[in-house]
Amino acid sequence: MCLAIPIRVEALLPEQMARVTLSGVSKVVSVALLEDVQVGDYVLLHVGYALTRLDPDEAERTLALMREAAVPGLPAPGLPALGEVAA
Amino acid sequence: MSSPRLRARKLDIRGGLVDLSHGAGGRASAQLIDEIFRTAFDNPLLNQANDQAAFDVQAGRMVMSTDGYVIWPLFFPGGDIGSLAVHGTINDLAMAGAKPLHLAASYILEEGFPLADLRRIADSMGRAASEAGVAIVTGDTKVVERGKADGVFITTTGIGLVPPGLELSGDRARPGDVLILSGSIGDHGVAVMSKRSSLGFETEILSDSAALHGLVADMAAAAGPSLRLMRDPTRGGLAATLNEIAQQSCCGFLIEEAAIPVRPEVAAACELLGLDPLHVANEGKLVAVAAPGAAAALLRVMRAHPLGREACVIGEVVADDQCFVQMTTSFGGGRIVDWLTGEQLPRIC
Amino acid sequence: MKYIDEYRDGGLARSIAATIAKEALADRHYRFMEFCGGHTHAISRYGVEDLLPANVEMVHGPGCPVCVLPVGRIDDAIRLGMRPETTLCTYADLMRVPASGGASLLKAKAAGADIRMIYSPMDAVLIAEAEPARAVVFFAIGFETTTPSTALAIGLARRKGLTNFSVFCNHVLTPSAIRAILDTQGRPETERVRLDGFVGPAHVSTVIGTAPYVALAAEFEKPVVVAGFEPLDVVQAILMLVRQVNEGRSVVENQYIRAVTNAGNRIAQREIAEIFELRETFEWRGLGDLPASALRIREAYALFDAERRYRVVTTPAADNPACECADVLRGLKTPADCKLFGTVCSPETPMGSCMVSPEGACAAHWTYGRFRDRAKPAAPKARPVQAAA
Repeated sequence: MCLAIPIRVEALLPEQMARVTLSGVSKVVSVALLEDVQVGDYVLLHVGYALTRLDPDEAERTLALMREAAVPGLPAPGLPALGEVAA
Repeated sequence: MSSPRLRARKLDIRGGLVDLSHGAGGRASAQLIDEIFRTAFDNPLLNQANDQAAFDVQAGRMVMSTDGYVIWPLFFPGGDIGSLAVHGTINDLAMAGAKPLHLAASYILEEGFPLADLRRIADSMGRAASEAGVAIVTGDTKVVERGKADGVFITTTGIGLVPPGLELSGDRARPGDVLILSGSIGDHGVAVMSKRSSLGFETEILSDSAALHGLVADMAAAAGPSLRLMRDPTRGGLAATLNEIAQQSCCGFLIEEAAIPVRPEVAAACELLGLDPLHVANEGKLVAVAAPGAAAALLRVMRAHPLGREACVIGEVVADDQCFVQMTTSFGGGRIVDWLTGEQLPRIC
Repeated sequence: MKYIDEYRDGGLARSIAATIAKEALADRHYRFMEFCGGHTHAISRYGVEDLLPANVEMVHGPGCPVCVLPVGRIDDAIRLGMRPETTLCTYADLMRVPASGGASLLKAKAAGADIRMIYSPMDAVLIAEAEPARAVVFFAIGFETTTPSTALAIGLARRKGLTNFSVFCNHVLTPSAIRAILDTQGRPETERVRLDGFVGPAHVSTVIGTAPYVALAAEFEKPVVVAGFEPLDVVQAILMLVRQVNEGRSVVENQYIRAVTNAGNRIAQREIAEIFELRETFEWRGLGDLPASALRIREAYALFDAERRYRVVTTPAADNPACECADVLRGLKTPADCKLFGTVCSPETPMGSCMVSPEGACAAHWTYGRFRDRAKPAAPKARPVQAAA
């Protein structure tokens, strides 16, 4: 629930650090909580640490579902609804 | 026969430091003032080397303003404490519609402050003043012990003359008036914060520090009495300025978030720090309230001026006995824009 | 800004809101709690409630770690900061929180205590490394979003062999707080919160995953939709909640699929488990003592535990008797219901936790939403008891 910002990884640095950039603003942050970070990945940044990677496919699917929800009716074929979470 | 002048050694600008003798009022003080300030500001009144500047004034409405500058860091992208001290006081005069006449500058220097930095600041002030067409005609220098001042504190005082027919005042906003903003907000604050290493971000954003009196003169010529008031949103940002005006005029505002220009880097830096651009300081922007009929002419002259290219109408004055500044968010919902509480502290959660 | 701007699209939001209005049953009143302070802030800052139909109401929950931090713990932090040769590092959000006797970290700093605002726990470790003569204490707060960062900072301090770094740990757990809100069995009628579902926290969930909410949803029969941070995410989540309620379902759904998985961040969970263990009980401001709701540092890392090093004994401090934060945190009252709101209590002079943090319900309402109060008739003092659906 805390302020976390989606931001792009520009460069990997030693000791599990990385340079990240948002609209031309850069920071050096820790990626120690993530495995296998690549340049070009988008991560969620919180208090100087990347918490998770953003999934571009899921991001696109979210937007598509939102657009779908804007038109009352059934979800578009081929798009699974945001589903129930199993225990 | 007059005695030969002592050939004193020039100040060691490159490696020298301010020391207590520079503030003592003796030969060392005089040399500092001469080689650093008089050289940088170079104007007939100052060159008379009196303790004061004497000049004739026209009859009319005179405006006077003073401000202290304690900014840290002293040098930031797009400016420094010196240029800021010139622009800031000129702008205070300009917001009253005044044509700035003269400036005075006083310095509190910390013992140990590098002369090279002082030269840089003085030169920057000289340039800013000369570009603005306003002379720094008198000044003062004091030195305090190491640790008693943060490098340098500057106070500038300015006087100006208001052309006849111009009546700008914070209590003149009326329901139906339009609210115009001269350009993007948040640039100065973000530029300065980017140099605070504890916040740890880098950006190419430059401070917007600039003297606005030329823009103001064009606006006054275009709108005349239809121009109710102007104000520059410095500390506290656009939010503080709009709330001040609302209180003074006993009215409310209705503004559109989508209409307010914010540079992408400023928006990004504010996201990272958890700040609202509406609360971030500006040093080269103004808001103007004018009768609705004058809006088109005002926008035309503003956009023709280098400091007003992005000028836009951002809202209107409404009747409101609680003096709220209401904003339609870019998302479509409503909120108020309130004063900043305390000092703007970055949020984490 | 990618992944940000597209989720703030007002046009799309209005369209989804139209769908909500269409699908919300006319004879039902829906009350959803957004647990997380970040969601409270987003809803207020973007005016999301203006887009919702009148019968869909958002209730602000206690998910703001500054808000639920007891005054006694801030008193402890101030005392630590005032120790000689001690540097207290804190997030900026805590500086102005009122402590006992009108004190605060900001005032203690003005009086000469070495209290420094930092952005990241790593900054505190680096300060300790750079200034070996100072005893550096990091004032750690936060739900599970922030805990992994503290864990990594302690790990870093150990690897660097620092002996002058410790953490004053106040990390708390989200599922425990949700349980405390929902578990109103045996409480009088006026304390029963009537909620139809939860908007689950965004970034806590990136760490803990969605699995921990499943048992809660089942036990209390309330739907939970984990939602992203942006206003469009919240609007979409509200639609998903309305649909669940209409269909009589009470399961956990994930709206924030671009960042949240079922399992969460395993590395983060491992780091937390390595450094921290559960406290038997912990006092939450407004919610009282909650069992198994907070973390302390394990014995193995005692060197980095400020509570052990400085033998901290917390004295509970009572809130202002007129302060209604306890009821506001539970969603039983709105900020406007509190007599102190806007009179004695404002962000400039906060009486209680809900006002002092920008994400507190009262501060958010004051800062962004109080202009709506004048349109409403005087708010009812007690929540109306709803007839069974």
